[in-house]
Amino acid sequence: MSMTAKEITDLIKESLPDATVEIKDLMGDNNHYSAKITSEKFNGKSKIEQHKLVYKSLKGKMGNELHALTITTEGK
Amino acid sequence: MNIKEKIKTLLNENEVCLFMKGTPDAPQCGFSMAVSNVLKHLEVKFKGINVLEDENLRQGVKDFSDWPTIPQLYVKGEFIGGCDIVKEMFEKGELKEILKKKSLI
Repeated sequence: MSMTAKEITDLIKESLPDATVEIKDLMGDNNHYSAKITSEKFNGKSKIEQHKLVYKSLKGKMGNELHALTITTEGK
Repeated sequence: MNIKEKIKTLLNENEVCLFMKGTPDAPQCGFSMAVSNVLKHLEVKFKGINVLEDENLRQGVKDFSDWPTIPQLYVKGEFIGGCDIVKEMFEKGELKEILKKKSLI
């Protein structure tokens, strides 16, 4: 199972509409990605809370359909 | 003992606890290896717990922290983060600071 970069971006933006999302397919296999996400929703939150917001936006796909997503988050 | 109690016991017994795939000497996933190597580099004593040996624990620790991935690092019972956060904290020197503050290194 795998996901396209667009599917990941769309899910994240659904939850975090103001987000800037930069996705890289690290191995060209639709399974190992890195994502750099910037959103106002991250302001004043800990890294753990920020990453949890991203995981929640992916609706349980992380660790299942999506094997590996390296996340970097930043506030705006 | 239910799985939540088992995790709490592990965290009580080990000040620095890494739930990982494989062991520190033979990690079975690149992300687990990365965190394990960071801890080795900082020369902190830690307990590596192989979740691949126990499916209940693998799911249990994800529920415990409300965090969907392995590895997971805990220091004195507190969830510090997964691979991305631990690496970022290591690069910024924050992880070393936390461990020093808690007199673990």
